Amino acid sequence: MILASAQDRVLAALEAVRDPELDEPITRLGFVSSCTISAEGDVQVRLRLPTYFCAPNFAFLMVADAHDVVSALDGVRSAQIVLEEHFASEAINAGVASRAGFARSFPGEAQDELHQLRSDFVRKAVLAGTDVVCRSLLSEGTDPSALASMTLGEAPPSPDRERLRARRAELGLPVDDASPLVVDPATGYAVGGDDLPLHLRRAQSTRVGVEANTGICRGMLRHRYESAGLGEENR
Amino acid sequence: MYEHNGDRYFVVDSHMHYWNAAPDNWVPGAEQYAKGWIECFYAYMGLGPPETHWSIEKFMKYSEDDLMKDVFEDGHVDVAVFQPTYLTEWYKEGFNTTERNATMGQRHPGKFIYNTRWDPRDGEEGLRQLRHNVETYGSKGVKLYTAEWRQGSRGWKLSDPETYKYLDACQDLGIVNIHVHKGPTIWPLDKDAFDHADVDHAATDFPDLNFIVEHAGIPRIDDFCFMATQEPNVYAGLSVVIGGLMHARPNFFAKVMGELAFWVGEDKMTFGSDYGIWEPKWQIEGFVDWDYPDTEAFADYPRITTASKKKMLGLNAAKLYGIEVPEECRLPEDRGTPAASDDARLVSGA
Repeated sequence: MILASAQDRVLAALEAVRDPELDEPITRLGFVSSCTISAEGDVQVRLRLPTYFCAPNFAFLMVADAHDVVSALDGVRSAQIVLEEHFASEAINAGVASRAGFARSFPGEAQDELHQLRSDFVRKAVLAGTDVVCRSLLSEGTDPSALASMTLGEAPPSPDRERLRARRAELGLPVDDASPLVVDPATGYAVGGDDLPLHLRRAQSTRVGVEANTGICRGMLRHRYESAGLGEENR
Repeated sequence: MYEHNGDRYFVVDSHMHYWNAAPDNWVPGAEQYAKGWIECFYAYMGLGPPETHWSIEKFMKYSEDDLMKDVFEDGHVDVAVFQPTYLTEWYKEGFNTTERNATMGQRHPGKFIYNTRWDPRDGEEGLRQLRHNVETYGSKGVKLYTAEWRQGSRGWKLSDPETYKYLDACQDLGIVNIHVHKGPTIWPLDKDAFDHADVDHAATDFPDLNFIVEHAGIPRIDDFCFMATQEPNVYAGLSVVIGGLMHARPNFFAKVMGELAFWVGEDKMTFGSDYGIWEPKWQIEGFVDWDYPDTEAFADYPRITTASKKKMLGLNAAKLYGIEVPEECRLPEDRGTPAASDDARLVSGA
Protein backbone atom coordinates (compact mmCIF):
# COMPACT_ATOMS: atom_id res chain seq x y z
CA MET A 1 0.00 0.00 0.00
CA ILE A 2 1.25 3.51 -0.74
CA LEU A 3 0.64 5.39 2.47
CA ALA A 4 -0.37 8.78 1.09
CA SER A 5 -3.46 7.48 -0.61
CA ALA A 6 -3.97 4.43 1.57
CA GLN A 7 -5.95 6.27 4.23
CA ASP A 8 -8.18 7.77 1.56
CA ARG A 9 -8.86 4.31 0.22
CA VAL A 10 -9.73 2.97 3.66
CA LEU A 11 -12.01 5.92 4.37
CA ALA A 12 -13.66 5.53 0.98
CA ALA A 13 -14.33 1.89 1.84
CA LEU A 14 -15.76 2.87 5.22
CA GLU A 15 -18.25 5.14 3.41
CA ALA A 16 -20.10 1.92 2.65
CA VAL A 17 -20.56 1.14 6.34
CA ARG A 18 -23.73 2.68 7.69
CA ASP A 19 -25.21 3.12 11.10
CA PRO A 20 -28.14 0.73 10.51
CA GLU A 21 -30.52 2.86 12.53
CA LEU A 22 -29.56 6.31 11.23
CA ASP A 23 -28.94 5.09 7.67
CA GLU A 24 -25.83 7.28 7.26
CA PRO A 25 -22.17 6.31 6.66
CA ILE A 26 -20.14 6.04 9.87
CA THR A 27 -17.55 8.37 8.35
CA ARG A 28 -19.99 11.23 7.82
CA LEU A 29 -21.50 10.69 11.28
CA GLY A 30 -18.07 11.23 12.84
CA PHE A 31 -17.76 7.69 14.23
CA VAL A 32 -14.25 7.07 12.78
CA SER A 33 -11.79 8.51 15.27
CA SER A 34 -8.54 7.34 13.67
CA CYS A 35 -7.05 5.14 10.99
CA THR A 36 -3.45 3.94 10.97
CA ILE A 37 -1.79 1.87 8.27
CA SER A 38 1.61 0.22 8.46
CA ALA A 39 3.95 -0.11 5.50
CA GLU A 40 3.12 -3.81 5.42
CA GLY A 41 -0.61 -3.16 5.08
CA ASP A 42 -1.76 -3.72 8.66
CA VAL A 43 -4.74 -1.41 9.19
CA GLN A 44 -6.20 -0.30 12.48
CA VAL A 45 -9.44 1.70 12.49
CA ARG A 46 -10.76 3.08 15.76
CA LEU A 47 -14.47 3.80 16.07
CA ARG A 48 -16.37 5.90 18.62
CA LEU A 49 -20.06 6.38 19.33
CA PRO A 50 -22.21 9.18 20.83
CA THR A 51 -22.56 7.49 24.24
CA TYR A 52 -21.12 4.75 26.42
CA PHE A 53 -24.49 2.98 26.30
CA CYS A 54 -25.32 3.05 22.58
CA ALA A 55 -27.16 -0.13 21.58
CA PRO A 56 -24.57 -2.94 21.38
CA ASN A 57 -26.34 -4.77 18.57
CA PHE A 58 -26.03 -1.79 16.22
CA ALA A 59 -22.47 -1.21 17.41
CA PHE A 60 -21.58 -4.80 16.60
CA LEU A 61 -22.96 -4.47 13.07
CA MET A 62 -20.87 -1.36 12.40
CA VAL A 63 -17.66 -2.90 13.74
CA ALA A 64 -18.23 -6.12 11.79
CA ASP A 65 -19.12 -4.29 8.58
CA ALA A 66 -16.03 -2.08 8.92
CA HIS A 67 -13.91 -5.19 9.37
CA ASP A 68 -15.37 -6.71 6.21
CA VAL A 69 -14.86 -3.70 3.93
CA VAL A 70 -11.33 -2.94 5.15
CA SER A 71 -10.24 -6.59 4.95
CA ALA A 72 -11.46 -6.76 1.36
CA LEU A 73 -9.20 -3.92 0.16
CA ASP A 74 -6.25 -4.76 -2.07
CA GLY A 75 -2.98 -4.55 -0.19
CA VAL A 76 -4.46 -4.97 3.27
CA ARG A 77 -2.67 -7.71 5.18
CA SER A 78 -4.70 -7.44 8.36
CA ALA A 79 -7.56 -5.32 9.61
CA GLN A 80 -8.25 -4.52 13.23
CA ILE A 81 -11.34 -2.53 14.18
CA VAL A 82 -11.43 -1.15 17.71
CA LEU A 83 -14.59 0.24 19.26
CA GLU A 84 -13.56 2.74 21.96
CA GLU A 85 -15.19 3.74 25.23
CA HIS A 86 -18.30 1.60 25.07
CA PHE A 87 -19.62 -0.66 27.82
CA ALA A 88 -19.48 -3.67 25.48
CA SER A 89 -16.22 -2.75 23.68
CA GLU A 90 -14.39 -5.82 24.86
CA ALA A 91 -16.99 -8.36 23.77
CA ILE A 92 -17.60 -6.63 20.44
CA ASN A 93 -13.95 -6.11 19.51
CA ALA A 94 -13.00 -9.67 20.44
CA GLY A 95 -16.08 -11.13 18.73
CA VAL A 96 -15.46 -9.33 15.47
CA ALA A 97 -11.72 -10.06 15.52
CA SER A 98 -12.32 -13.78 15.93
CA ARG A 99 -15.24 -13.71 13.47
CA ALA A 100 -17.33 -15.33 16.16
CA GLY A 101 -20.58 -13.82 14.95
CA PHE A 102 -22.96 -11.93 17.17
CA ALA A 103 -24.70 -14.68 19.12
CA ARG A 104 -21.39 -16.30 20.11
CA SER A 105 -19.93 -12.94 21.13
CA PHE A 106 -22.75 -12.47 23.64
CA PRO A 107 -23.41 -15.98 24.93
CA GLY A 108 -26.76 -16.26 26.65
CA GLU A 109 -27.86 -12.75 25.72
CA ALA A 110 -28.72 -13.21 22.08
CA GLN A 111 -30.26 -16.07 20.20
CA ASP A 112 -29.73 -15.06 16.59
CA GLU A 113 -27.49 -13.15 14.29
CA LEU A 114 -28.54 -9.64 13.37
CA HIS A 115 -29.94 -10.09 9.86
CA GLN A 116 -33.51 -9.56 11.01
CA LEU A 117 -32.60 -6.43 12.95
CA ARG A 118 -30.76 -5.02 9.98
CA SER A 119 -33.61 -5.64 7.55
CA ASP A 120 -36.14 -4.09 9.98
CA PHE A 121 -34.16 -0.88 9.75
CA VAL A 122 -33.65 -1.05 6.01
CA ARG A 123 -37.46 -1.22 5.80
CA LYS A 124 -37.60 1.99 7.80
CA ALA A 125 -35.02 3.48 5.43
CA VAL A 126 -37.25 2.55 2.47
CA LEU A 127 -40.23 4.21 4.13
CA ALA A 128 -38.24 7.34 4.97
CA GLY A 129 -36.76 7.44 1.46
CA THR A 130 -40.23 7.10 -0.04
CA ASP A 131 -41.27 10.19 1.88
CA VAL A 132 -38.24 12.12 0.62
CA VAL A 133 -38.94 11.29 -3.03
CA CYS A 134 -42.72 11.69 -2.87
CA ARG A 135 -42.59 14.92 -0.89
CA SER A 136 -40.47 16.60 -3.52
CA LEU A 137 -42.86 15.38 -6.23
CA LEU A 138 -45.84 16.78 -4.33
CA SER A 139 -44.19 20.13 -3.74
CA GLU A 140 -43.55 20.36 -7.47
CA GLY A 141 -47.26 19.99 -8.10
CA THR A 142 -47.82 16.27 -8.62
CA ASP A 143 -51.37 15.34 -7.65
CA PRO A 144 -51.31 13.04 -4.58
CA SER A 145 -53.64 10.56 -6.25
CA ALA A 146 -51.22 10.19 -9.16
CA LEU A 147 -48.50 8.74 -6.96
CA ALA A 148 -50.21 5.37 -6.72
CA SER A 149 -49.82 4.69 -10.43
CA MET A 150 -46.37 6.21 -10.90
CA THR A 151 -43.26 4.15 -11.51
CA LEU A 152 -39.84 4.57 -9.97
CA GLY A 153 -38.52 5.66 -13.36
CA GLU A 154 -41.11 8.43 -13.58
CA ALA A 155 -39.74 10.13 -10.49
CA PRO A 156 -37.15 12.71 -11.58
CA PRO A 157 -33.57 11.40 -11.43
CA SER A 158 -31.94 12.45 -8.15
CA PRO A 159 -29.55 11.12 -5.51
CA ASP A 160 -32.59 10.59 -3.26
CA ARG A 161 -34.25 8.37 -5.86
CA GLU A 162 -31.10 6.29 -6.31
CA ARG A 163 -30.69 5.96 -2.59
CA LEU A 164 -34.27 4.69 -2.35
CA ARG A 165 -33.55 2.25 -5.18
CA ALA A 166 -30.42 1.00 -3.40
CA ARG A 167 -32.30 0.40 -0.13
CA ARG A 168 -35.05 -1.44 -1.99
CA ALA A 169 -32.39 -3.61 -3.62
CA GLU A 170 -31.01 -4.57 -0.22
CA LEU A 171 -34.41 -5.95 0.74
CA GLY A 172 -34.92 -7.71 -2.59
CA LEU A 173 -37.76 -5.34 -3.51
CA PRO A 174 -38.36 -4.40 -7.16
CA VAL A 175 -35.92 -1.75 -8.37
CA ASP A 176 -36.29 -1.39 -12.13
CA ASP A 177 -37.66 1.81 -13.61
CA ALA A 178 -40.97 0.15 -14.42
CA SER A 179 -41.60 -0.93 -10.83
CA PRO A 180 -44.12 0.99 -8.72
CA LEU A 181 -42.85 4.15 -7.04
CA VAL A 182 -44.54 3.36 -3.75
CA VAL A 183 -44.22 -0.22 -2.53
CA ASP A 184 -44.98 -1.87 0.77
CA PRO A 185 -41.50 -2.58 2.15
CA ALA A 186 -42.73 -5.77 3.79
CA THR A 187 -44.21 -7.33 0.64
CA GLY A 188 -42.85 -5.41 -2.34
CA TYR A 189 -46.35 -4.91 -3.73
CA ALA A 190 -47.56 -1.54 -4.92
CA VAL A 191 -49.52 0.43 -2.33
CA GLY A 192 -53.01 0.98 -3.70
CA GLY A 193 -54.75 4.34 -3.97
CA ASP A 194 -56.96 3.78 -0.91
CA ASP A 195 -54.06 2.91 1.33
CA LEU A 196 -51.71 5.51 -0.06
CA PRO A 197 -52.55 8.53 2.16
CA LEU A 198 -51.99 6.60 5.38
CA HIS A 199 -48.91 4.88 3.97
CA LEU A 200 -47.35 8.22 3.09
CA ARG A 201 -48.34 9.68 6.44
CA ARG A 202 -46.51 6.84 8.17
CA ALA A 203 -43.55 7.23 5.82
CA GLN A 204 -43.34 10.87 6.88
CA SER A 205 -43.38 9.94 10.58
CA THR A 206 -40.67 7.34 10.03
CA ARG A 207 -38.49 9.91 8.32
CA VAL A 208 -39.04 12.41 11.13
CA GLY A 209 -38.08 9.72 13.65
CA VAL A 210 -34.86 8.83 11.84
CA GLU A 211 -33.93 12.49 11.38
CA ALA A 212 -34.62 13.34 15.02
CA ASN A 213 -32.44 10.42 16.17
CA THR A 214 -29.67 11.48 13.84
CA GLY A 215 -29.85 15.02 15.20
CA ILE A 216 -29.62 13.83 18.81
CA CYS A 217 -26.78 11.40 18.06
CA ARG A 218 -24.73 14.03 16.21
CA GLY A 219 -25.28 16.55 19.01
CA MET A 220 -24.18 14.11 21.70
CA LEU A 221 -21.12 12.97 19.75
CA ARG A 222 -20.05 16.58 19.42
CA HIS A 223 -20.45 17.09 23.14
CA ARG A 224 -18.51 13.89 23.92
CA TYR A 225 -15.60 14.46 21.52
CA GLU A 226 -14.08 17.83 20.77
CA SER A 227 -12.31 16.86 17.58
CA ALA A 228 -14.01 15.92 14.32
CA GLY A 229 -13.97 12.31 13.16
CA LEU A 230 -12.27 11.32 9.89
CA GLY A 231 -14.71 12.24 7.14
CA GLU A 232 -17.24 13.79 9.54
CA GLU A 233 -19.61 16.24 7.89
CA ASN A 234 -21.47 19.26 9.27
CA ARG A 235 -19.67 19.41 12.58
CA MET B 1 -46.69 30.19 36.89
CA TYR B 2 -45.32 31.79 33.78
CA GLU B 3 -46.90 34.99 32.50
CA HIS B 4 -46.20 36.16 28.99
CA ASN B 5 -48.07 38.63 26.76
CA GLY B 6 -50.94 38.66 29.24
CA ASP B 7 -51.34 34.87 29.20
CA ARG B 8 -50.87 32.88 32.38
CA TYR B 9 -49.43 29.39 32.16
CA PHE B 10 -49.80 27.02 35.09
CA VAL B 11 -46.69 24.84 34.89
CA VAL B 12 -46.45 21.23 36.03
CA ASP B 13 -43.00 19.77 35.51
CA SER B 14 -44.09 16.17 35.24
CA HIS B 15 -40.67 14.61 34.88
CA MET B 16 -37.68 15.76 36.96
CA HIS B 17 -35.04 14.38 39.28
CA TYR B 18 -32.91 14.94 42.36
CA TRP B 19 -29.97 12.56 41.99
CA ASN B 20 -26.59 11.81 43.50
CA ALA B 21 -24.24 10.37 40.89
CA ALA B 22 -20.99 11.57 42.49
CA PRO B 23 -18.12 9.11 43.06
CA ASP B 24 -19.02 8.79 46.77
CA ASN B 25 -22.18 6.95 45.64
CA TRP B 26 -20.59 4.56 43.11
CA VAL B 27 -20.77 0.84 43.85
CA PRO B 28 -17.26 -0.64 44.03
CA GLY B 29 -16.68 -2.81 40.99
CA ALA B 30 -19.38 -1.03 38.97
CA GLU B 31 -17.60 2.31 38.73
CA GLN B 32 -17.34 2.23 34.96
CA TYR B 33 -21.13 1.90 34.62
CA ALA B 34 -21.90 4.57 37.24
CA LYS B 35 -19.46 6.93 35.55
CA GLY B 36 -20.59 5.98 32.03
CA TRP B 37 -24.23 6.54 32.97
CA ILE B 38 -23.83 10.06 34.36
CA GLU B 39 -21.48 11.06 31.54
CA CYS B 40 -24.11 9.86 29.08
CA PHE B 41 -26.68 12.09 30.84
CA TYR B 42 -24.19 14.94 30.80
CA ALA B 43 -23.86 14.69 27.03
CA TYR B 44 -27.60 15.36 26.81
CA MET B 45 -27.10 18.62 28.70
CA GLY B 46 -24.85 19.63 25.79
CA LEU B 47 -27.98 19.84 23.61
CA GLY B 48 -29.30 22.80 25.62
CA PRO B 49 -28.16 26.45 25.24
CA PRO B 50 -24.48 26.87 26.23
CA GLU B 51 -25.24 29.45 28.90
CA THR B 52 -27.30 26.82 30.77
CA HIS B 53 -24.54 24.18 30.91
CA TRP B 54 -23.10 23.16 34.29
CA SER B 55 -19.75 21.73 35.31
CA ILE B 56 -19.66 17.91 35.50
CA GLU B 57 -19.10 18.24 39.26
CA LYS B 58 -22.37 20.13 39.79
CA PHE B 59 -24.10 17.80 37.33
CA MET B 60 -23.13 14.73 39.34
CA LYS B 61 -24.50 16.13 42.59
CA TYR B 62 -26.51 19.37 42.66
CA SER B 63 -27.91 20.73 45.90
CA GLU B 64 -31.40 21.25 47.26
CA ASP B 65 -30.85 25.01 46.93
CA ASP B 66 -29.81 24.61 43.29
CA LEU B 67 -32.97 22.66 42.57
CA MET B 68 -35.35 25.04 44.35
CA LYS B 69 -33.85 28.02 42.54
CA ASP B 70 -33.59 26.44 39.08
CA VAL B 71 -37.02 24.82 39.10
CA PHE B 72 -39.27 27.12 41.13
CA GLU B 73 -37.65 30.50 41.69
CA ASP B 74 -36.21 30.97 38.20
CA GLY B 75 -37.94 28.11 36.41
CA HIS B 76 -41.64 29.12 36.59
CA VAL B 77 -42.71 25.66 37.79
CA ASP B 78 -45.78 25.46 40.07
CA VAL B 79 -45.73 21.77 40.90
CA ALA B 80 -42.99 19.26 40.09
CA VAL B 81 -43.30 15.49 39.86
CA PHE B 82 -40.28 13.55 41.11
CA GLN B 83 -39.57 10.52 38.99
CA PRO B 84 -37.23 8.11 40.75
CA THR B 85 -34.57 6.05 39.03
CA TYR B 86 -32.98 3.49 41.34
CA LEU B 87 -30.04 1.90 39.47
CA THR B 88 -28.90 0.32 42.74
CA GLU B 89 -26.57 -2.04 40.87
CA TRP B 90 -24.36 0.97 40.11
CA TYR B 91 -25.17 3.55 42.82
CA LYS B 92 -24.90 2.62 46.51
CA GLU B 93 -27.90 4.65 47.71
CA GLY B 94 -29.59 4.50 44.33
CA PHE B 95 -29.43 7.19 41.66
CA ASN B 96 -32.51 9.05 42.91
CA THR B 97 -34.89 7.10 45.11
CA THR B 98 -38.42 7.90 46.26
CA GLU B 99 -37.05 8.28 49.77
CA ARG B 100 -34.28 10.72 48.79
CA ASN B 101 -36.79 12.78 46.80
CA ALA B 102 -39.37 12.84 49.59
CA THR B 103 -36.84 13.64 52.33
CA MET B 104 -35.94 16.75 50.41
CA GLY B 105 -39.42 17.59 49.15
CA GLN B 106 -41.07 17.44 52.56
CA ARG B 107 -39.24 20.63 53.48
CA HIS B 108 -41.23 22.39 50.72
CA PRO B 109 -44.92 21.54 51.21
CA GLY B 110 -47.15 21.67 48.15
CA LYS B 111 -44.32 21.87 45.65
CA PHE B 112 -43.73 18.22 44.86
CA ILE B 113 -45.49 15.01 43.94
CA TYR B 114 -43.56 11.88 44.87
CA ASN B 115 -43.85 9.19 42.30
CA THR B 116 -42.43 5.84 43.22
CA ARG B 117 -41.31 2.86 41.18
CA TRP B 118 -41.40 -0.90 41.08
CA ASP B 119 -39.69 -3.70 39.30
CA PRO B 120 -41.59 -6.93 38.64
CA ARG B 121 -38.44 -8.93 39.36
CA ASP B 122 -38.79 -8.00 43.04
CA GLY B 123 -41.78 -10.34 43.49
CA GLU B 124 -43.80 -10.27 46.74
CA GLU B 125 -41.27 -8.12 48.59
CA GLY B 126 -41.55 -5.49 45.88
CA LEU B 127 -45.34 -5.43 46.22
CA ARG B 128 -44.98 -4.84 49.98
CA GLN B 129 -42.52 -2.03 49.31
CA LEU B 130 -44.89 -0.47 46.77
CA ARG B 131 -47.72 -0.51 49.33
CA HIS B 132 -45.41 1.05 51.91
CA ASN B 133 -44.34 3.81 49.50
CA VAL B 134 -47.89 4.66 48.56
CA GLU B 135 -48.89 4.87 52.23
CA THR B 136 -45.79 6.87 53.20
CA TYR B 137 -45.43 9.26 50.30
CA GLY B 138 -48.95 9.35 48.82
CA SER B 139 -47.67 8.31 45.40
CA LYS B 140 -50.20 8.52 42.58
CA GLY B 141 -47.77 7.59 39.87
CA VAL B 142 -44.80 5.38 39.17
CA LYS B 143 -41.78 5.63 36.93
CA LEU B 144 -40.87 2.36 35.29
CA TYR B 145 -37.52 1.73 33.82
CA THR B 146 -37.73 -1.43 31.78
CA ALA B 147 -34.05 -1.34 30.91
CA GLU B 148 -32.73 -1.54 34.47
CA TRP B 149 -30.09 -4.24 34.97
CA ARG B 150 -30.57 -6.57 37.89
CA GLN B 151 -28.23 -9.39 38.87
CA GLY B 152 -27.58 -10.54 35.35
CA SER B 153 -31.13 -9.84 34.14
CA ARG B 154 -31.03 -7.01 31.65
CA GLY B 155 -34.52 -5.61 31.45
CA TRP B 156 -38.18 -6.68 31.42
CA LYS B 157 -41.43 -5.98 29.61
CA LEU B 158 -44.73 -4.37 30.59
CA SER B 159 -46.54 -7.37 29.17
CA ASP B 160 -44.80 -9.92 31.43
CA PRO B 161 -47.22 -11.85 33.72
CA GLU B 162 -45.24 -10.71 36.76
CA THR B 163 -45.70 -7.10 35.64
CA TYR B 164 -49.48 -7.54 35.48
CA LYS B 165 -49.53 -8.36 39.21
CA TYR B 166 -47.96 -4.97 39.85
CA LEU B 167 -50.34 -3.18 37.50
CA ASP B 168 -53.23 -4.85 39.36
CA ALA B 169 -51.71 -3.63 42.62
CA CYS B 170 -51.44 -0.10 41.24
CA GLN B 171 -55.15 -0.07 40.51
CA ASP B 172 -55.93 -1.34 44.02
CA LEU B 173 -53.66 1.24 45.66
CA GLY B 174 -54.98 4.24 43.73
CA ILE B 175 -51.96 4.74 41.47
CA VAL B 176 -53.23 6.08 38.17
CA ASN B 177 -50.22 7.30 36.21
CA ILE B 178 -47.65 4.88 34.83
CA HIS B 179 -44.65 6.75 33.41
CA VAL B 180 -42.61 4.47 31.20
CA HIS B 181 -39.11 5.03 29.99
CA LYS B 182 -38.61 2.89 26.92
CA GLY B 183 -34.87 2.51 27.17
CA PRO B 184 -32.82 -0.11 25.42
CA THR B 185 -33.45 -3.30 27.39
CA ILE B 186 -30.40 -5.34 26.61
CA TRP B 187 -32.03 -8.76 26.36
CA PRO B 188 -32.41 -10.33 23.96
CA LEU B 189 -29.68 -8.32 22.40
CA ASP B 190 -30.37 -9.36 18.84
CA LYS B 191 -33.77 -7.63 18.74
CA ASP B 192 -34.66 -3.98 18.54
CA ALA B 193 -34.75 -3.30 22.23
CA PHE B 194 -36.88 -0.17 22.00
CA ASP B 195 -40.01 -2.05 20.97
CA HIS B 196 -43.30 -0.48 22.19
CA ALA B 197 -45.52 -3.51 21.75
CA ASP B 198 -45.54 -4.23 25.49
CA VAL B 199 -46.95 -0.76 26.27
CA ASP B 200 -49.66 -1.44 23.72
CA HIS B 201 -50.67 -4.70 25.44
CA ALA B 202 -50.66 -3.26 28.94
CA ALA B 203 -52.58 -0.12 27.93
CA THR B 204 -55.29 -2.26 26.34
CA ASP B 205 -55.56 -4.57 29.35
CA PHE B 206 -55.53 -1.75 31.94
CA PRO B 207 -57.84 0.90 30.48
CA ASP B 208 -58.16 2.75 33.82
CA LEU B 209 -54.43 3.45 34.06
CA ASN B 210 -52.74 6.25 32.13
CA PHE B 211 -49.51 5.28 30.39
CA ILE B 212 -47.22 8.26 29.85
CA VAL B 213 -44.38 7.22 27.56
CA GLU B 214 -41.51 9.52 28.46
CA HIS B 215 -39.37 11.07 25.77
CA ALA B 216 -42.28 10.25 23.41
CA GLY B 217 -40.58 7.00 22.60
CA ILE B 218 -37.30 8.52 21.38
CA PRO B 219 -35.51 6.92 19.58
CA ARG B 220 -38.63 5.24 18.15
CA ILE B 221 -40.98 8.19 17.81
CA ASP B 222 -42.65 6.71 14.73
CA ASP B 223 -43.39 3.37 16.40
CA PHE B 224 -44.62 5.21 19.49
CA CYS B 225 -46.99 7.39 17.43
CA PHE B 226 -48.49 4.43 15.56
CA MET B 227 -49.08 2.68 18.88
CA ALA B 228 -50.32 5.69 20.86
CA THR B 229 -52.85 6.68 18.25
CA GLN B 230 -54.73 3.45 18.85
CA GLU B 231 -54.74 3.60 22.65
CA PRO B 232 -56.90 6.24 24.38
CA ASN B 233 -54.90 5.97 27.62
CA VAL B 234 -51.38 6.48 26.19
CA TYR B 235 -49.75 9.90 26.59
CA ALA B 236 -46.58 11.47 25.22
CA GLY B 237 -44.14 12.76 27.85
CA LEU B 238 -42.25 15.68 26.31
CA SER B 239 -39.13 15.30 28.43
CA VAL B 240 -36.09 15.19 26.10
CA VAL B 241 -38.31 16.28 23.18
CA ILE B 242 -38.19 19.94 24.23
CA GLY B 243 -34.89 19.81 26.12
CA GLY B 244 -32.99 17.77 23.56
CA LEU B 245 -34.32 19.14 20.30
CA MET B 246 -35.84 22.63 20.63
CA HIS B 247 -32.49 24.41 20.94
CA ALA B 248 -30.10 21.94 19.27
CA ARG B 249 -32.25 20.88 16.32
CA PRO B 250 -35.12 23.37 15.91
CA ASN B 251 -36.21 22.05 12.55
CA PHE B 252 -36.51 18.46 13.76
CA PHE B 253 -38.15 19.70 16.95
CA ALA B 254 -40.90 21.33 14.88
CA LYS B 255 -41.44 18.12 12.94
CA VAL B 256 -41.55 15.96 16.05
CA MET B 257 -44.07 18.30 17.69
CA GLY B 258 -46.13 18.21 14.52
CA GLU B 259 -46.10 14.43 14.41
CA LEU B 260 -47.08 14.17 18.08
CA ALA B 261 -49.86 16.75 17.68
CA PHE B 262 -51.17 14.80 14.70
CA TRP B 263 -51.03 11.24 16.04
CA VAL B 264 -51.33 11.74 19.80
CA GLY B 265 -53.01 15.14 20.13
CA GLU B 266 -52.45 18.25 22.26
CA ASP B 267 -54.60 16.93 25.10
CA LYS B 268 -52.20 14.04 25.62
CA MET B 269 -48.80 15.70 25.64
CA THR B 270 -47.19 16.60 28.97
CA PHE B 271 -44.21 18.82 29.70
CA GLY B 272 -41.27 17.49 31.70
CA SER B 273 -37.96 19.33 32.00
CA ASP B 274 -35.89 16.28 32.90
CA TYR B 275 -34.08 18.48 35.43
CA GLY B 276 -31.08 18.19 36.25
CA ILE B 277 -30.34 17.31 32.64
CA TRP B 278 -31.81 20.66 31.62
CA GLU B 279 -33.21 23.62 33.56
CA PRO B 280 -36.92 24.30 32.97
CA LYS B 281 -36.61 28.09 32.50
CA TRP B 282 -35.29 28.17 28.95
CA GLN B 283 -37.50 25.28 27.92
CA ILE B 284 -40.73 26.94 29.11
CA GLU B 285 -39.91 30.42 27.87
CA GLY B 286 -38.68 29.08 24.54
CA PHE B 287 -41.68 26.83 24.03
CA VAL B 288 -44.20 29.60 24.80
CA ASP B 289 -42.46 31.73 22.11
CA TRP B 290 -42.19 28.84 19.69
CA ASP B 291 -44.13 28.25 16.49
CA TYR B 292 -43.58 26.14 13.39
CA PRO B 293 -41.25 27.62 10.79
CA ASP B 294 -43.37 29.44 8.24
CA THR B 295 -42.73 27.07 5.35
CA GLU B 296 -44.84 24.66 3.37
CA ALA B 297 -43.21 21.63 5.01
CA PHE B 298 -45.07 22.41 8.24
CA ALA B 299 -48.35 23.62 6.78
CA ASP B 300 -50.21 20.32 7.25
CA TYR B 301 -49.45 19.82 10.93
CA PRO B 302 -52.11 20.69 13.53
CA ARG B 303 -51.57 24.23 14.85
CA ILE B 304 -50.09 24.55 18.31
CA THR B 305 -51.83 27.53 19.89
CA THR B 306 -51.55 29.33 23.21
CA ALA B 307 -54.31 27.05 24.50
CA SER B 308 -52.37 23.98 23.27
CA LYS B 309 -49.27 25.17 25.10
CA LYS B 310 -51.23 25.79 28.30
CA LYS B 311 -52.41 22.20 28.18
CA MET B 312 -49.00 20.75 27.44
CA LEU B 313 -47.13 22.85 30.00
CA GLY B 314 -49.45 22.12 32.87
CA LEU B 315 -53.16 21.60 32.45
CA ASN B 316 -52.91 18.06 31.08
CA ALA B 317 -50.62 16.88 33.88
CA ALA B 318 -52.70 18.75 36.47
CA LYS B 319 -55.68 16.73 35.32
CA LEU B 320 -53.77 13.44 35.46
CA TYR B 321 -52.56 14.18 39.00
CA GLY B 322 -55.65 15.95 40.33
CA ILE B 323 -53.83 19.24 40.95
CA GLU B 324 -56.04 22.28 41.53
CA VAL B 325 -55.41 24.93 38.88
CA PRO B 326 -55.95 28.61 39.84
CA GLU B 327 -58.96 30.16 38.12
CA GLU B 328 -56.91 32.65 36.09
CA CYS B 329 -54.84 29.84 34.52
CA ARG B 330 -57.74 27.66 33.36
CA LEU B 331 -59.01 27.46 29.82
CA PRO B 332 -62.50 28.42 28.70
CA GLU B 333 -64.57 25.28 28.24
CA ASP B 334 -64.72 25.62 24.47
CA ARG B 335 -60.95 25.14 24.24
CA GLY B 336 -61.20 21.43 24.86
CA THR B 337 -60.63 19.23 27.86
CA PRO B 338 -57.10 18.81 29.14
CA ALA B 339 -55.92 15.21 29.19
CA ALA B 340 -59.06 14.10 27.35
CA SER B 341 -58.65 10.46 26.48
CA ASP B 342 -60.71 10.66 23.31
CA ASP B 343 -58.27 12.91 21.52
CA ALA B 344 -56.35 10.13 19.85
CA ARG B 345 -56.80 10.00 16.12
CA LEU B 346 -57.73 6.50 15.10
CA VAL B 347 -55.54 5.19 12.35
CA SER B 348 -58.52 4.38 10.18
CA GLY B 349 -59.58 8.02 10.23
CA ALA B 350 -56.15 9.48 9.53
